[in-house]
Amino acid sequence: MKDRTNQEWLDDLREPDRDEALADLRAFLVRGLGYSLASRSDVDGVLIEDFAQDALLKILDNLDTFRGESRFTTWAQKIAVRVAFTELRRHRWRDLSLEAITEPHGIDFVPDFLVDPEAPPDQQTVQRHFLESLQRLIATELTDKQRQALVAVRIQGIPIEEVARRMDTNRNALYKLLHDARQRLKSRMEAEGLSPEDVLAAFGS
Amino acid sequence: MKWKWETLRIWMRRVMPRRSGDGMDAELLKQMARGIMTTRPDEIGCDECFEQMDRFVEMKLAGADPAEAMPLVQDHLARCTSCREEFEALLAAVEAMD
Repeated sequence: MKDRTNQEWLDDLREPDRDEALADLRAFLVRGLGYSLASRSDVDGVLIEDFAQDALLKILDNLDTFRGESRFTTWAQKIAVRVAFTELRRHRWRDLSLEAITEPHGIDFVPDFLVDPEAPPDQQTVQRHFLESLQRLIATELTDKQRQALVAVRIQGIPIEEVARRMDTNRNALYKLLHDARQRLKSRMEAEGLSPEDVLAAFGS
Repeated sequence: MKWKWETLRIWMRRVMPRRSGDGMDAELLKQMARGIMTTRPDEIGCDECFEQMDRFVEMKLAGADPAEAMPLVQDHLARCTSCREEFEALLAAVEAMD
C-alpha cells in the first residue's frame, strides 16, 4: 500500500479518480478487522469483506468530520470496528423482542439478601442496607424507562445499542438515561445515610 | 409501557446468590454497587467516547498515559461494555498493523 499522510488520504479519496486509494483503504480495513475479530468464531472472511465495504461507504460520507487528531487510518479503522460490532450485535440479538426484556418469566421472588457471611459484621450491615435500598429505590425512584433499561443492560447484559433500538432511542441517549438513573439511586442512597465509600468498602471495591 | 412487579422480582432473583453458588451473581451485585456509587456528574456518553477513541488508542500504543490525559474516556470505557469491546478491537488492529 502506498504510504500516505493524512492530507494525502483525504486528497486521494476526494479525487474523481480515486480507485487506487479506495482499494488501498479497503484492503487496510480488511486486514485490521481480521485482527480485531480474530477471536470470534462467528466471523469469516466474507463477512469481513462486507463489513469493510460498508465501512468504506461510511468513511467516504464522513470525510469532513475527520479532525486530524489521529492518523487517518486509525480513524477509519475505528469506523470499521463500529460497523462490524453493530452488525454482529444486531445479528446476535435479532430474535429478541422488547417484550422479552420486560415480560414476566414466572420466577418466584426470594425475599432474601445477598450478604457475604465471611465479611465483617459492619460490612454485612452495609451490604444489607444497600440491597434493601436498591430494591426499594429501583421500584419507587426510577421511571419505567430507566427501570427497563437498567434491567436489560446491566442485569440481562443486552448490548446498549440493541436495547436502544427496541426502545426507539439511540445508544448515546440510553447511556445518558442510565447515567441519570444511577445518579438518582446514588443521591437517594446518600440521603439515606449510605456513603459511597462505605458501600464500596463493604463490597470489597 | 407499564412496569411489572414481576420483572423486578426476576431482577432481584438475578442478584440473589445461587443456591449452588458460582459467584456470578455476587459479582454482578458488586458491579452494580460500584457502578452506582462511583457515578459522577461529568460522565461522557458513547458518542463523545467514540470521537476520542482513535486518539486514545494511539496514545496508549505510543506508551503515553491516555487514562490520565483523557480521564473521562477512561471512565466511560470502564462503564460501557460495548465501547470497551470496540476499544479493545481497535487497539488490537492498530497494534498489529503498526
